[in-house]
Amino acid sequence: MSRVLVGVKRVIDYAVKIRVKPDHSGVVTDGVKHSMNPFCEIAVEEAVKLKEKKFIKEVVAVSCGPTQVTETIRTALAMGCDRGIHVEVSGKDYEAMGPLQIAKIFAALAKKEEASLVILGKQAIDDDCNQTGQMTAALLDWPQGTFASEVTIDGEKVKVVREIDGGLETIKISMPAVLTADLRLNTPRYATLPNIMKAKKKKIANMKPADLGVDMVSRVEVLRVDEPPTRLAGVKVETVDDLVAKLKANGTI
Amino acid sequence: MGLMIAVVNVSIIDIVYRSQKPCLSWLLGWLSMSQIHTIGIVPLSLSPHLSPSLSLSALGLCGCRSLSSLAELPEMHQMMRQTSRDYADRELAPIAGKLDKEHLFPARQVRELGAMGVMAVEVPEALGGAGMDYLAYSLAVEEISRGCGSTGCVVSVNNSLYIGPILKFGTPEQKDQWITPFTNGEKVGCFALSEPDNGSDAGAASTLARQEGEEWVLNGTKAWISNCWDASATVVFATTDKSLKHKGISAFLVPMPHPGLSLGKKEDKLGIRATSTANLILEDCRIPLGNMLGPRGSGFKIAMQTLDGGRIGIASQALGIAQAALDCAVDYAHKRTAFGAPIGKLQAVQFKLADMAVAVESARLLTWKAAMLKDAKKTFTKEAAMAKLSASEAATFCGHQSIQVLGGMGYVTDMPAERHYRDARITEIYEGTSEIQRLVIAGQLLKEYVP
Repeated sequence: MSRVLVGVKRVIDYAVKIRVKPDHSGVVTDGVKHSMNPFCEIAVEEAVKLKEKKFIKEVVAVSCGPTQVTETIRTALAMGCDRGIHVEVSGKDYEAMGPLQIAKIFAALAKKEEASLVILGKQAIDDDCNQTGQMTAALLDWPQGTFASEVTIDGEKVKVVREIDGGLETIKISMPAVLTADLRLNTPRYATLPNIMKAKKKKIANMKPADLGVDMVSRVEVLRVDEPPTRLAGVKVETVDDLVAKLKANGTI
Repeated sequence: MGLMIAVVNVSIIDIVYRSQKPCLSWLLGWLSMSQIHTIGIVPLSLSPHLSPSLSLSALGLCGCRSLSSLAELPEMHQMMRQTSRDYADRELAPIAGKLDKEHLFPARQVRELGAMGVMAVEVPEALGGAGMDYLAYSLAVEEISRGCGSTGCVVSVNNSLYIGPILKFGTPEQKDQWITPFTNGEKVGCFALSEPDNGSDAGAASTLARQEGEEWVLNGTKAWISNCWDASATVVFATTDKSLKHKGISAFLVPMPHPGLSLGKKEDKLGIRATSTANLILEDCRIPLGNMLGPRGSGFKIAMQTLDGGRIGIASQALGIAQAALDCAVDYAHKRTAFGAPIGKLQAVQFKLADMAVAVESARLLTWKAAMLKDAKKTFTKEAAMAKLSASEAATFCGHQSIQVLGGMGYVTDMPAERHYRDARITEIYEGTSEIQRLVIAGQLLKEYVP
């Protein structure tokens, strides 16, 4: 039947207070708690659900990064994925890694694994790019169902309800396709203890981007990272007229 | 005997064994060693220079795990801890106040925990459990208790006190009948040892069991039975041969409800109010002969061995409550300002937080060690008692100081500090009072020192 690739990204945990490095080259990641990107959790949950409903046969969890990302892959395995693929990227390549490089890796893997679906989180909470899914679909020339809040497989097609600015849009796309998970797609399950035990025995294959013919050179260079400006105190006004006058006075309108 | 201590980095801690003739006393002085036991920091680089044979023996005593595993848990245990923590943060902490106020048993949460495998951590997968070890169980109970102390109690009683003895002493048929249905959270069990006239004095059980044909008939009253109003079965201890004193006590499995078994009124407790505690009254309660657990007369031994393991469970529960109290205090210290700055800047508050953290962390390491010894099938009676003693005293200490850090806010139900204070108190009492723990520890020590 079919195989699904799910991308999981290891990011700084959502509850951690982010601090900028003193040299402003990035944020502090050493010794900071990391976990699976919440949207990736939702993607994994959807893939596992599709497997439980017997629409697909195998779920493969993929992550790109240094050795630590295997923890994230194992969490995906504990949630029900069948096997994992760890694409090793470290050092400067890892720091410069962005959606385009990841998309190239996923496109290569999707072809290699003959996947029918690639499910990703809509965006990562560290860079908020919201590009990887779309780029992957473009590189593969596959249809895409992004911001999915509902996914139904209907034969060779997928019905996707998308959350868009104007409301909800329902589209029908043919497989193979790329989907990106939005917040309301599902509620990810807790890894059960027996599954955590089973995850230990599941295989995680190791490879390098070069094995997939992907060059990791980035065309984007991060110049500087700063904290957002501290929020200033607001000014209270009594009436709407006062408000309009103030907005005019400081040039906003 | 020699001594093994040295310092390299504070994140690796090992338990070392003391010497009657302290050498390297300068190191010991630095670590303010007690005459009996020293917790030292072991330099992985330095130890080969000291008696290597001792370092190996210390390793052996720690069980099969290596030194570094006390500081860094194995990956599976970390995942397990994380999943329990996530569950506790998202599903238990938000409702813990309500469960406490309204004395509600968290039935849905218990089922969900059952589905996760937390209600039967040590039970082999073949019987429906999670098939993990006692260290994993200790981590799970600690994280669950951090979210809700009462739920932690339910998990602990089911795992250690109910399933524990059956797993160890039951026949395969008994395990199928009395363990498997209790692994998924649909049913929970309880443990009936204490009586109105004897708690600590467990050997003086006055509940009687007499054989009548193909049945045992039980008569008597058990007191302070946790979980009983929500339980579907119980392990009961009754005297089968009064003349043999404590060697005449046997253990029995009784389903609930059952004719001849009735429950007293639910106690109105100071803390862990989401669990039910009541008397269990047996009046000509008839059970098949096959319901005896273990050999006749081994009841006291079963109870004591069960409580050894249960102590690690309760220590873990106390750790969770202590940690929750500490978290609450540290959080408040950041946010509350007084004298122009967050109160966390004041030394008086800092000293309290530091003392609380040390109390919790040292109790935690004792608890992990006891669990690891149990997993390695070594004797762990003394370590379990030490774990329970230190963890429960840490819990009451942290509960108390947390309220102090919060000041007036600590006294009202708007903040969880008062609930932690109330929940912590029972941990010094049940499954062996702090006084009994001291007797157990002293008893073990005196045995070790036969001159």
